[in-house]
Amino acid sequence: MDTHTLSDQTQSSLDGARMTGAEMVITALREQGVDTMFGYPGGAVLPIYDALYSEPSIQHILVRHEQGAGHAAEGYARSTGKCGVALATSGPGATNMVTPITDAMMDSIPMVVITGQVPTHLIGTDAFQECDTVGITRCCAKHNYLVTDVDDLARTLHEAFLIATSGRPGPVVIDIPKDVQFATGTYVGKAGVHKPTYQPKTEPSDHAIRDALDMMATARRPVFYTGGGVINSGTEASKLLRELQEATGFPVTSTLMGLGAFPASHEDWLGMVGMHGAYEANNAMHDCDLMICVGARFDDRVTGKISAFSPGSRKIHIDIDPSSINKIIRVDVPVIADCKAALRALLEGWKARRLPKPDLSDWKEQIDKWRAVDCFAYPENDGAIRPQYAVERLYELTKGRDTYISTEVGQHQMWAAQHYHFEEPNRWMTSGGLGTMGYGLPAAVGIQAAHRDSLVIDIAGEASVQMVMQEVSTAVQHKLPIKVFILNNEWMGMVRQWQELLHGERYSHSYSESLPDFVKLAEAYGAHGIRCDDPAELDAKIMEMIDHDGPVIFDCMVEKAENCLPMIPSGAPHNEMILGKISGDEIDEAGRKMV
Amino acid sequence: MSKEPIPASAYDMDHAEEVEERRTLAVLVDNEPGVLGRVVGLFSARGYNIESLTVAEVDRGKHRSRITIVTTGTAHMLEQIEAQLLRLVPVAAVIDITKSKRGIERELALVKVAGKGDPRVEALRIAEIFRAHVIDTTNESFIFELTGASEKIDQFCELMEPLGLVEVSRTGVLSIRRGKDAG
Repeated sequence: MDTHTLSDQTQSSLDGARMTGAEMVITALREQGVDTMFGYPGGAVLPIYDALYSEPSIQHILVRHEQGAGHAAEGYARSTGKCGVALATSGPGATNMVTPITDAMMDSIPMVVITGQVPTHLIGTDAFQECDTVGITRCCAKHNYLVTDVDDLARTLHEAFLIATSGRPGPVVIDIPKDVQFATGTYVGKAGVHKPTYQPKTEPSDHAIRDALDMMATARRPVFYTGGGVINSGTEASKLLRELQEATGFPVTSTLMGLGAFPASHEDWLGMVGMHGAYEANNAMHDCDLMICVGARFDDRVTGKISAFSPGSRKIHIDIDPSSINKIIRVDVPVIADCKAALRALLEGWKARRLPKPDLSDWKEQIDKWRAVDCFAYPENDGAIRPQYAVERLYELTKGRDTYISTEVGQHQMWAAQHYHFEEPNRWMTSGGLGTMGYGLPAAVGIQAAHRDSLVIDIAGEASVQMVMQEVSTAVQHKLPIKVFILNNEWMGMVRQWQELLHGERYSHSYSESLPDFVKLAEAYGAHGIRCDDPAELDAKIMEMIDHDGPVIFDCMVEKAENCLPMIPSGAPHNEMILGKISGDEIDEAGRKMV
Repeated sequence: MSKEPIPASAYDMDHAEEVEERRTLAVLVDNEPGVLGRVVGLFSARGYNIESLTVAEVDRGKHRSRITIVTTGTAHMLEQIEAQLLRLVPVAAVIDITKSKRGIERELALVKVAGKGDPRVEALRIAEIFRAHVIDTTNESFIFELTGASEKIDQFCELMEPLGLVEVSRTGVLSIRRGKDAG
């Protein structure tokens, strides 16, 4: 957040300045270093839009639906490490923002959402476009405010950025009544703004680090289990993770949210853990004697059957949020800290003790045996394009480039996680915790707005993408050359897969009887459309997509009945993965009741 | 010995088999709009119990309010309740009064009893034993003011029931720790 920050001089001259509430919003955003925001105007935010009219330093991306603004802000935040900013009007503008707010909460994405509200004297009267925004977002945001006095506004804005970006990041909502936007008050700068009751602990305690190092020194079957917290902690955390891994030689797996923190090309990379993770990663988690969880939270998609989760291991859990400790899995050593501080302390401690790189050859031999299973293998293209093949080719043809990937939610998301590989953090944007279909396209808009010259691809499903299709129009308007790569199997694939697994192949309402012609749809939006249904033509068409200077919708027609494997069926432990084919009797009665 | 049921995933984590404990928590918060909603919302969203809840501003200068919550849960759940409360931005501190073993708990009740003749005399006699004050009276009713531990108030109400108990208003539990230190 340094490029557009006002100079100290300008900043101090603004402290104490008189201005309207709307001007305060823009001034505070500038002072916070905001260069891009995503929004949609409406009656209750018109004063803010008016102040934005003559503000050249903030790029405003006009979306087609407020949900798009929220997800775009998330994509922007996740790909830059900065705070995302979204702006919406009262009532429906605010309620449309609820999904991305919840999404950002679940995935710990720093985001400030500004909503307009009806004038203070109308609050509570069921006025036009009134809703109780702070009431509605209270349980899905990290914090929220209704500002009723213009003299509180600047401080509140700065406090919101502080809360959104520090500790465990998350979304903060500021609801500003229209009369407060019009009122004149005194601006205060961000310096000195703090919240006494909000003091997240970021430095690890010495004894926790000492206990962790004791365990690491004697481990024979260790594994790093890393998560989105490493990404949130900044690129420094990824660097320290790599150094600590280098010093220890411990193998590394990651959650869906943590992909990219550790390079996929590394020999000690195990692949993703969890329900659709790698066989070697899940078995290593199950059989390890020491699990070092770094910025992950033992989500149910990772743990599988709780009572059978990594039964023989001692566990170290590094997390900035004390409530994550012992929430799902009891751990032996909790380390409450920012990932990078904890990783640095572990690395320094490891070096200070002059610990040699342990001999893990037996463990790595075992891991190689699991690896040899080649769990992501899939059948040859049999006329139609296999979706895994499509992702694999996309990876091969884009890997040398400056590429960012977002996804929607479903089978294509898991295939992307399995077959696209990341070397760096902040390159992979996906909706993990909430599982929001329709995340990827607006997220791609947000990523591209932050990285104008990079290749930004939304690996999508035809069902998910239709939830937010209108944002192609945003991309066209703002000349954001995003590539929407649709794995089109005409089914809500993951729903279909679960119906096959759990409901006797009764495919209730999971097939889209009518789909748009995505090529024509692209053209209607003023974008470029490409269709491919022949494996032999795939490479050339992917290159056409990459080379096209503008937004592209790529309709990749794939094998319709393909299942996403391997898979840990609900209610099963890590070492009981389905590898090749689904037979229909993998899941017992208890497992059928789960999501 | 029956076999302990094995939870199949986090969704199946069932703490019903574990022993539930009753705890009194003092939650110190910034007295800002909606703070009570945040605390109560957290309890309902995460499925925690609230047996009693009281709240009032206790430091006007610092805008500090004290919320006293009586809750029940397993040890694991209670640990989570404390951690989740501390995640709320306006929450300054959570004090487990019960766990500290130095807590004092009191409740205030206003109890209306209506009757004539012997029951009326008996009600007054019992009130004296409980050190309840009469704060309003008519020819056929009393309102008693009573403070004490919740159990004492329960017992008082139980005894008043056959004597013409009409209405009860209780504050819920208030708590503080013994000794010279705060918190």
